[in-house]
Amino acid sequence: MNSTFLFAVLVFLSLFSYWFGIKRSLTVAGGIDNKKYLDCLPEQFGLLTAMVCGIPALVALLVFNSAEQLVVEHMITSTLPTHIQTLSSIDLGLYLNNIHSMASSETALVLIQGAKEASDSAVQTQYRAALELQTLNNNASWLKTALVLMIAVGSVIVLVGKFSLTYKARQKSETIIRGILVASSAIAILTTLGIVISVLFESIQFFKSVPPTEFMFGTQWSPQTAMRADQVGGSGSFGAVPLFAGTMLITFIAMLLAVPVGLMVAIYLSQYASAKLRSIAKPMLEVLAGIPTVVYGFFAALTVAPVIRNVGEYFGLSVASESALAAGLVMGTMIIPFISSLSEDAISAVPKPLKEASLGMGATHSETVVKVLLPAALPGIVGAILLAISRAIGETMIVVMAAGMAANLTANPLDSVTTVTVQIVTLLTGDQEFDSPKTLAAFALGLMLFITTLGLNILALKVVQKYREQYD
Amino acid sequence: MTNSTDNSPETSAEKNSKVNTNMSAKDNSARVSTTLSTTSSTTEMVALSLKKRHQKERRFKSVGLFSVFFGFMLVIVLIGDITSKALPAFHQYWVKLDINYNSNWLGVDENLTGLELTKQLKKANYRKVLKNSIYPVFTEEPGKKLARKEKRQLFKLFSTNAEFTIKDSLLSSPENLQQTVSIWVRLDDDVDSYLKEDFATGQAGLRISKKQAQWLAKLDSEQRIETRFNISFFTSSDSREPELAGIKGALMGTLLTMFVTILVSFPLGVAGALYLEEFAPKNKITDLIEININNLAAVPSIVFGLLGLAVIINVFGLPRSAPLVGGIVLTLMTLPTIIIASRAAIKAVPPSLREAATGLGASKMQVTFSHVLPQAMPGIITGAIISVAQALGETAPLLMIGMVAFIVDVPTSIVDSATVLPVQIFLWADSPERAFLAKTSAAILVLLTLLLIINLSATMLRSKFEKK
Repeated sequence: MNSTFLFAVLVFLSLFSYWFGIKRSLTVAGGIDNKKYLDCLPEQFGLLTAMVCGIPALVALLVFNSAEQLVVEHMITSTLPTHIQTLSSIDLGLYLNNIHSMASSETALVLIQGAKEASDSAVQTQYRAALELQTLNNNASWLKTALVLMIAVGSVIVLVGKFSLTYKARQKSETIIRGILVASSAIAILTTLGIVISVLFESIQFFKSVPPTEFMFGTQWSPQTAMRADQVGGSGSFGAVPLFAGTMLITFIAMLLAVPVGLMVAIYLSQYASAKLRSIAKPMLEVLAGIPTVVYGFFAALTVAPVIRNVGEYFGLSVASESALAAGLVMGTMIIPFISSLSEDAISAVPKPLKEASLGMGATHSETVVKVLLPAALPGIVGAILLAISRAIGETMIVVMAAGMAANLTANPLDSVTTVTVQIVTLLTGDQEFDSPKTLAAFALGLMLFITTLGLNILALKVVQKYREQYD
Repeated sequence: MTNSTDNSPETSAEKNSKVNTNMSAKDNSARVSTTLSTTSSTTEMVALSLKKRHQKERRFKSVGLFSVFFGFMLVIVLIGDITSKALPAFHQYWVKLDINYNSNWLGVDENLTGLELTKQLKKANYRKVLKNSIYPVFTEEPGKKLARKEKRQLFKLFSTNAEFTIKDSLLSSPENLQQTVSIWVRLDDDVDSYLKEDFATGQAGLRISKKQAQWLAKLDSEQRIETRFNISFFTSSDSREPELAGIKGALMGTLLTMFVTILVSFPLGVAGALYLEEFAPKNKITDLIEININNLAAVPSIVFGLLGLAVIINVFGLPRSAPLVGGIVLTLMTLPTIIIASRAAIKAVPPSLREAATGLGASKMQVTFSHVLPQAMPGIITGAIISVAQALGETAPLLMIGMVAFIVDVPTSIVDSATVLPVQIFLWADSPERAFLAKTSAAILVLLTLLLIINLSATMLRSKFEKK
């Protein structure tokens, strides 16, 4: 039975167990009229039975599935002749892939025939291995079905045997549910751990072949490693400074647009705008915030970049077709709603009396905003800007589509630069080998990205907490 | 362009007024008294500076208004630009050709009938039929043959799909063998773009030669060219030929990926939020989980793609490019958002409800699941819908796990290779053919429409339950 079908069977068994648990508890009580003698409601017995039936079996199924492939692979490798076993991991993987495709496409009969009649002994070995694999897969499938069903049925039988009038079915099922809730909330920690461990592990592999100092401070970035040892110009150099500089340049341009506009929008909407304008402008900003980044990337690459290029040429400037300016401006557009909504929250959080006092002293509205509201809301606004920077650094699609690939170390916004995220995407799309520094470099860049954005987020939180003026 | 703290050089009167209105300055009294001696009175000074201050106020206000309208303008330009680029993709030019199903050209024995005939018709040479049917029509002088270069140019006018169109036509009505039939076929994408843009000029286009332009004009004068709604954009999958490419495969991939995302992230998110809000003791571990969730919500999405590649694909061995993996990655990405939104909704349930239920003897679990959760559900669902909308537009992490491949088949299960709509947009945006520009914009319009529907439903849900 395949896993999907087995899963469906499990669901059905659990539903059946629910009904079975109710029946059994009523039998224990001695009929439906005596159900008041039970400590818990029959439905609670049913729920407990259903959970005991489904959960352990499901866990077993998941564990079996994740381990199955590894074990089968190992067993099949051990049956192969030694000269194949000692192949390099890539060649061995290729060989195993061949066997896999043979095992899944041919019937057992064809394979037996092939193993007997193939002319070449190497081909015979392959046929034999494929046959072996087919048998192993079959056995594994049967073993899985048997194991899962046994666990499901067995645990229900054991549980039902324990039913009595004073059996605490509700408490037991509540403990299980609580466990599920705890596990769900712990997934956040697991995710973080997963990110840190996976990125860190691959990065350490990378730093074994490229020293961290070269990565952090080198100014040459050309990750193409040579296919052959004697190839010219393919040694690969991993100095990430141009990427950091490019990221910062584009982020800076984005902030130059987003911070003033976002802040003024926040001020105008929270202080001046009529209810009607607000009711139109707010959804407008939500639209801007809800547009997928790939759309912004398309807009940047095919509309904004040509316009900037034409304008630049009109003034006699040479503009790269993938200029940092285009990517930065569009990224700024994306971030405007982010800054405006966070700043508006910060401005609205300033206590009313402060504003009223200022107005009462004869200050104009703008003077009140600039000299009273903004200073009071400053921590919130700074926090918003820090979060926006962290977003700009991690933004991928706009720069992948509108910024370049060439790692130029320049501060000229009309030039083409590349960013950390662009390089991660470039290095990881397409074929990968997990032992080449080229692929691993992407994880090192990912680590930098993770650390930077995490640092900025924590900093933003700290700024808001520490410098928030207490008005009460 | 918008300078909120305007510190231009000020006149002395303005400086004075500033001193007078500076509410935070306590130690300025000395300076005030010195300035007072030079001017007659404070009231006069204020009156003098008032005009300037009001001017400044107006300037500040108009800068704010301009910023808001700048935002409006951005939305209008963005949507308008994409819509105007997308419109050509929704219709397509077809041409009527007189096809002569000559059995010699087809390589079919005309005396066959029934199954045998169908079998032969299925592998017949339709390209030859197409070529031989169109070449004579465009020969300028009777008896003179077209040059090879001209033949090639002529054949290029029609979509590569044309021979399959005439094949399907014959297969559905085999009695047309040996007959000449008028059949509508698609034009090539370059011709399509030319007809949409430069046809009126009568000149050669970007990728259309003078000769080809003349042929098209001839076809048009014979009323053989017409435009139709491009239904295949919605009913076919990706293709290297822009005139055949559609979004069905990507839509299906999006649907499957979202199915996995919703199925996994919603129960997990709600369960996590319930625990943190209702059960979790106040201790270090709970704090750690909370900090973790808040930080995860701000981690760049591409990092989740790295996680998916390194752990879900390389360690657990799930298939690359599959909606299952995409769904899991997007789940991990949206989970923090769902948890945060759900917690807010659960927090909003009045404590009196919990107390009343507890007072009637309900256990903590019963209070939570029978009273708190139903009350919080509308808010939770609204939050979940919004985060699903986010996941729907996400591209970067899916590039990492290989959903960026060129896939022609429509995926049917969550372990098939698939791509999603945003990734399809990314792929098409990269294609050099001009016709893909319109296709990309049209796909963006479809994506934006989907997002609009999802967000509107969330808004409607919220307003419906807020009235209650």
